[in-house]
Amino acid sequence: MRNRVEEHKEQKSVRDLKLGERGVICCLQDAEMALKLLEMGCIPGTEVKLNSRAPFGDPITIIVNDYTLSLRLDEAETILLKK
Amino acid sequence: MTVTTQPEVLQPEKLTPQQTVAKIALIGNPNSGKSSLFNQLTGLNQKVGNFPGVTVDKKTGISQITPNLKAQIIDLPGTYSLYPKSLDERVIIDLLYDPNSTHYPDLVIVTADASNLKRNLLLFTQLADLHIPAILALNMMDVAETEGVKIDVEALQQELGVPVIPMNARKGVGIAALKIVMSQQLAPSPVSFYTIPTELKPLVRSIKESFGLRNDYLALHYAHQYKSLKFVSEEKAEWMAALLEAEGFNSNTLQANETIARYARISEILLDVMRVEKVTKDEKFSNRLDQILTHKVFGYLIFLAILFTVFQAIFTWASYPMDLIDLGVANLNGLIQDNFSGPLVNLLTEGIIAGLGGVLVFVPQIAILFAFIAILEETGYMARVTFMMDKIMRKFGLNGKSVVPLISGVACAVPAVMSARTIENWKDRMITIFVTPLMSCSARIPVYTVLIALVVPETYYLGFLNLQGLVLMGLYLTGFLTAIVSAWVLKKVLKARERSYFIMEFPVYKMPRWKNVGITIVEKSKAFVLEAGKVIVAISVILWVLASYGPGNSFEVAEQKARQQAVARNYTETELQNHIASAQLESSYAGIVGRAMEPAIRPLGYDWKIGIALLTSFAAREVFVGTMSTIYSIGEEENVSTIKSKLMAEKDENGQPFFTPARAFSLLVFYMFAMQCVSTLAVVRRETKSWTWPLAQFIYMSGLAYIAAFITFQIFK
Repeated sequence: MRNRVEEHKEQKSVRDLKLGERGVICCLQDAEMALKLLEMGCIPGTEVKLNSRAPFGDPITIIVNDYTLSLRLDEAETILLKK
Repeated sequence: MTVTTQPEVLQPEKLTPQQTVAKIALIGNPNSGKSSLFNQLTGLNQKVGNFPGVTVDKKTGISQITPNLKAQIIDLPGTYSLYPKSLDERVIIDLLYDPNSTHYPDLVIVTADASNLKRNLLLFTQLADLHIPAILALNMMDVAETEGVKIDVEALQQELGVPVIPMNARKGVGIAALKIVMSQQLAPSPVSFYTIPTELKPLVRSIKESFGLRNDYLALHYAHQYKSLKFVSEEKAEWMAALLEAEGFNSNTLQANETIARYARISEILLDVMRVEKVTKDEKFSNRLDQILTHKVFGYLIFLAILFTVFQAIFTWASYPMDLIDLGVANLNGLIQDNFSGPLVNLLTEGIIAGLGGVLVFVPQIAILFAFIAILEETGYMARVTFMMDKIMRKFGLNGKSVVPLISGVACAVPAVMSARTIENWKDRMITIFVTPLMSCSARIPVYTVLIALVVPETYYLGFLNLQGLVLMGLYLTGFLTAIVSAWVLKKVLKARERSYFIMEFPVYKMPRWKNVGITIVEKSKAFVLEAGKVIVAISVILWVLASYGPGNSFEVAEQKARQQAVARNYTETELQNHIASAQLESSYAGIVGRAMEPAIRPLGYDWKIGIALLTSFAAREVFVGTMSTIYSIGEEENVSTIKSKLMAEKDENGQPFFTPARAFSLLVFYMFAMQCVSTLAVVRRETKSWTWPLAQFIYMSGLAYIAAFITFQIFK
């Protein structure tokens, strides 16, 4: 793994992923949205990959559990990743 | 591990001595092939009804399971879990949580996408824990196979404790096997998939006792959702609130923990049941296609091209059947009028049949639009459109999915409003439905053409830019901008009852299933004709009566006066007939209302004659041209140049031309904004299941039309 410069944010979220980059879900920030995300299979410990971005950068699609999910950036921001 | 693809070994149990028709509910994740299965089981034997209070349709159908066994199948909205996230998903808990309800199903069929089994099983395990007899329809086995997913159906059946039927509902594979299992007496799964935490046990026990429930998990759901359950009385709800407060019940955390625990259990089960042989190619076909179809440039270009095709189809293809319907109605009326006479015949022909014609004439447009929409939905392309447009539309309180209704609105608001159904979010959907009729629809075209021809000179700029064309384009653009701005205002005004999510599954590209496309077309057309049609016909009849009768003998008086004038002016026979019709309309109830309206519409520059046209075109704006022809006694043929010359000759009190640019522009602006379409109001009422929305829409658009027309007239005067 590359050493990345720690930014001001304490923790990386799915929002910060680059195209094609993978990460492992650590926790979900927004309690209410978490329920929706959990049901869709975004369980802590699962690997996510940023699959594509819409032409204006938002929304994005991610791959979780071998299927594609689309979500907005402010929703992606609530999915925090393990370091 | 053996992989079975056919469920040969099924415990043969005794056949049910079926007295009543069994009630079977169909439930599953979105995109798990639930609709295909429903269509396969019921064919065209479907009924669309209402669930109280929500906007989804209640689809039920009768399925012939064995030659002497029928079952009623009810199609529930697609959902990922039993904890509803949208208003419409609550239909499910209403149906499943009240075991005493007459609609409580005897059996549920859970559809699951075999290529996505893990997520699909979440809902199944929740249902199993409610102890409702269930069958797992393991759908899309073909997709799973191509993706290298191997499922041991036998082992899965053992683990889940219910029959598992591998199938491919799109092609009809496995339907026979499913029907055999459906005909048997099934027991709920003996397996439990979730252990309720010990600290919740006392709470669960109290709820069970209080409501007389037998199932622990159902009691837990009551605790989570008592506020949304209709059958829970107010006292019970208060009691529940106090109990939960005392126990420190945190619904969100507990739900999250439950979901995580269930997924852990499912992963355990799948470890023994499912094998994934990694497909070597990382990039799937869908992903490669997406690189073009959602590309920064090509994505939008392709979308534009598709839109262009849809438009062309709605405008040109639909015009042939529409002309045929018009002709058919006219011929039928002619035939009846030639052979019979009397006021009842007139009511039948000019009131009822003409009204029915007004309903039927929209069917070709609805059918064509929904054929395209169904194909785009079925292939998965619609999800990409939503994806590309979401950011832009969201700025205005809309949603990526609002694009289709807005654009379809240029053809006709009726199918456009119906197509807003794909928007799950309540607020976004209501805003979309509210602003769609502001898009200039094709019914405004005749009004626009006549009035533009009247006051805008046919000059060309740069050799090809036609001034009349520019004005027409300006009207369309103004309509669109007003729709967008109104949406933005509504976004600020409306309080959302639920959060707007965009989290959704991005479906893979598929070939459309033509049977589903066909059923969609039939179903949408039927819904329009049956539901909106009633209101349209009723109002058409009322307007006809208003325009055909006057108080006392006013009609005879009008006719005599007209005849005297005709003699003095040396009219021909046709001119005489037209003049009589015009004089009679003037003295009819509609004419009286028109005159009464005059003070109200004078600030807009209109007189009572335009008042009558406004009144009669209340039901459908295209009637304007016809009414103007009658009032100005032009006669039956609605020829633009005839109407134009007649209107130009019209003088005001001072002998100046009546139709000044100020008046014509004021009318154009009025018709651009005014809600003069009973069909749209009726369909909005149907889609929102309330009168509030169509009424609000009517008041808003009419108010906007009045104010804008007033300003226009005052400026140009």
